[in-house]
Order: sequence, then C-alpha cells, then structure tokens
Amino acid sequence: MKRKKKLYLLGDILGILAAAIVFIVPFVFMLVNALKERREANLLSIGLPKETHWENFIEVFKANDYQILTAFKNSGLLVVGSVLILIVVGSMGGYVLQRRKDSVMGIMNSLIMAGLMVPAAILPTIWVLQKLHLYKTIGGMILVEVALQIPFTIMLFRGFMSSIPIELEEAGYMDGCSRWKIFTTIIFPLLKPVTSTVIILNAVTIFNDFTNPLYFLPGSENATVQLTLYNFMGQYSSSYNMLFADVILITVPMLLLFIFFNKRIVDGMVAGAVKG
Amino acid sequence: MERKKIYSNWFIVPAMVIFTVFFLLPMVISFFFSMTVWDFNSFTFCGFDNFKTFFSDTSLSSSIKNTLIYAILTCGLKLILAFFLAVFLTSKIKTKNFLRSVVFFPNLISTIAVGITFCALMHPSKGLINQVITMLGGTGVDWLGNTKTALYAVILTDVWKGVGVATVIFIAGMQSIDKTYYEAASIDGATGWEQLKAITVPLSRPAMNSVIILAFISGMRTFDLIWAMTGGGPGYVTEVMASTVYKQYAAGFYGLSTAGNVIMFILIAILAFPLQKFLLSREVD
Repeated sequence: MKRKKKLYLLGDILGILAAAIVFIVPFVFMLVNALKERREANLLSIGLPKETHWENFIEVFKANDYQILTAFKNSGLLVVGSVLILIVVGSMGGYVLQRRKDSVMGIMNSLIMAGLMVPAAILPTIWVLQKLHLYKTIGGMILVEVALQIPFTIMLFRGFMSSIPIELEEAGYMDGCSRWKIFTTIIFPLLKPVTSTVIILNAVTIFNDFTNPLYFLPGSENATVQLTLYNFMGQYSSSYNMLFADVILITVPMLLLFIFFNKRIVDGMVAGAVKG
Repeated sequence: MERKKIYSNWFIVPAMVIFTVFFLLPMVISFFFSMTVWDFNSFTFCGFDNFKTFFSDTSLSSSIKNTLIYAILTCGLKLILAFFLAVFLTSKIKTKNFLRSVVFFPNLISTIAVGITFCALMHPSKGLINQVITMLGGTGVDWLGNTKTALYAVILTDVWKGVGVATVIFIAGMQSIDKTYYEAASIDGATGWEQLKAITVPLSRPAMNSVIILAFISGMRTFDLIWAMTGGGPGYVTEVMASTVYKQYAAGFYGLSTAGNVIMFILIAILAFPLQKFLLSREVD
C-alpha cells in the first residue's frame, strides 16, 4: 500500500509539472508580455518584465479613439440581448418539445437538432438580413446568434424538463390555471438551475464569437471585442505588449466567470454533449 | 389527461420562427444561390459552374482535403489524449480538481486570443517553443511558415484548446462506472492495464461517442483559429472549407462562396450523420 501512495504522489508531481508546462506557460506568457515595455515584449521571452508597465492597459483603452470601449459595449449588448431572448424562446420551446410527443413536434425536434451539426449558410443569411433591413445592426446580429444557439439551448431545457414531474402541471390545470400561467408560475421557476447554465454557456460562446460578427456585423462602429482584437493583430504586429494587454483584458472576464461558475460550466457542457 | 389542452403548440412558435428565418431558410436558399452568380440584389443562373470551378481549382479543392485532415486529426488526438487525461484525473491524485480546471480553462478563452498567443510561441526565431528545442540541441522549425508543418501546428493548437471539453466528458462517463467492477477485477488479479482495456474502455463508450462526434463536427467547421494563425497560408496549405467561403465572399465571388458553403453541408451530412448512426448502433450492443 505504501508503494501505491508514493506512486500517487509521483503522479501528482508529474501531473502538475506537465500541466504547468503545457497549460499554464501560455497564460504566464500572455501576462508577463502584457506588462513589458514595447521593445522588451517584442523579444517574446517569458522572463519577468524589467519594469512593470501597467499603463499598457490604459494605452489599449485609448487606442483608436477608445474603440475598445465601444467594442465592449457592443459585445455586452449582443450577449445580453441574445441570452435574454434565448432564455424566453428556449425554455418555452424545450417545455413543449419534451411534454408533447406527437409527429409535428417530432419533426420540429429533428429540424432543431440538425442545427447542432450543420453550419450556417452565411451569404444567404446576409441576404435575408438585408431584405429585413437588419444587416449591420446589433438587432440583426442578436437574432442570428439566437438562431444559431437555439438548438443547444432547447436541448438543455428539454433535457432538464424530463426531471420535472408532470403532475405539477396537471394539478395546475385542474385548478384552472391558464396554459401560460402554468408555464410562467409553475414551470419556469423550477427551471432555474438549467437557466443559469444556459446563461453562462451562451454568454461565453457569444462573447467569444468571432466568425459571425465578422460576416453579419461589419463596420468599425459595430466592432465587437473579438473583432477589435483581430484588428489589433494587424495594427500592433510590432508592439506585442499592446497586443497581449488586449488579450489579457479579454481573458480576465472569462477567468472570473470560470472561478465563480466552474462546476456549472463544466456540468452544462457535459450534459449538452452527452445528450446531443 | 388531454395533453393538447395543457401544452399549446404556440410555445414552440417563437423559437421556430427565429430558427427558420435565420437558419433554415438561408440554408434552403443557399442551394439555389450556389447555382448562380449573384450580388445580393440580382443573380444569373449558371447551373453547376460554381461547383465545377470549386473542384477544378486546386486552391479551392485542396481545402476539402485540408478540412478532412484537420477534422480527423483533431478528433483522433483529442480522443486519445482526453481518454488518458481522464483516467489520470479520476485516479486518487490529490490535485485532480485543480488540474481539471487547468485543462478545461483554455476552452473558455477566445480563439483569436489563443491564435495570437500561439503565433508568438511558435515564432521561428524568437518563439519559446523553438528556443526550448534549440536549448535541447535540436533545430527550430518555422512552424507556421513551413508548408509541411503549418496545418499540423494549427491542429496541435486546436487540440490544446479543445482537449479540456473532451476530458470532462470522459471524466463524467468514467465516474458513472460502477466501482465494484474494478474491485472484482483486481481480486481476480487483473492488472491496471487489463482493467483499463476490459472495463474502462467499453464502459465509457457513450462518452467516447460524444467526444468523437463533437470533435469531428467542430473540426469540419473550423475557421477562426486558422484565420487568426495563418489566414490559410502559406500558399493555401492551411486553407479549410470555412476559410475558402470567407475568402471568396471577401473577393466578391458570392456564388462560389455559397457553393463552398453547400459543399460543407453535404460533406458534414454524408460524414457526420452516418458516423453518429454507426457509433450509436455500437453503443446499444
């Protein structure tokens, strides 16, 4: 038994070492270079900065006439708007899809689940947005994000619905509750755990989305956080300190989210993957 | 109880309307526009010309091959690495919760940020990776600039970012395996390796299938990491389907871009759906 304990200790040490090298070094690298002076950062070494330049972060904010503030505002609007709509339409959809098992619902279910696999048809989506006069607007972008996240969101809600006893709704129905009331006062409050998972996972996905804003929300006044970062790559290819300061600014919100909601994020992703 | 009375069809309508207008409808009309030359306002029908161009021009058709290499390799590597990581992280080591978080976190950061960081780490002369290789006595490689290594360098970065999700899926699967199987096996004298082969592998098959499907599809759809790290270059050795769609769009060839998109649908449909069917059929046995 003693030999086994030693083996686990060895595993601990080796595991931490390997994790440190493979997974932690890139983050340390980002952070130290974000704090360096320009020429020092351009050496791309992982050594500690000779002097810490916190003002790099202020510089990043000031760059391109405070573009990053606009970008955070745009990304914030996009995330909040999309997540709110997703909660409303996703919870309602997941509710009936789980409870009614007739052929119409079956077809809708398979259509929605196909959306988990098939990529978006990009140019025709732009065409639709243009016809609806929603192209290059945050509103249009929100609706596209909602459409793309509906399959995953409905799947999570539908999966959770199966754990809610059907007797609750039947009792509500007997007592003369309307269909809408049954949902809003009985069911929706019970969906709280999965709702928070939906909020966090969708917020992360939409905040990190680069491709869709690239296509559907062009224009510098509409730039989202990820697009600003991408533009920075071209603009600051010779000042890595600025580039990494921007990288850190974008990574920190995710780190905070992860520290607070670690279990919820991981469980949600697993539930989504396994049921899909 | 009459189900129709409690559950109104109207509840699905809002989700279905948004999903249809902004996802299904564009998908259906893409089949039509892929056979035209168009510019959002007008179109000229041209039959299968776009598809012919796509398959005859090597810079375009090689993207299909690259996408397949990308999807298969990222999927295989994530599967194998995540399996062993999960075995390691479900054993009795003390730091497993910390290590799980560390392995998972890259998944939450933006792909562009990951791309920028790894571009710097893979820098041919100054990059940390080559510095370490030189220190160990080897010669550095121009990871992203060399036509032979560029695609694989991006693939490895993708694995670094995505292996965490696969690992937590495996961990969830392995934790649901009944511990008594292992106890019985070790009483019968089975070694750790034998237990792994005879118990862990077959019983974590559902998790394995999820990982395969998830990783394969995300590999087929990949765009932003390629775009941030190589932009499809050098030449077109890292050009994937999604990046061709973007490039043709940016160059104004909307019909060709739409055709690329349609080829992507078809490829995913003829590969991923049967793959899923096959994996699920093996799960039942």
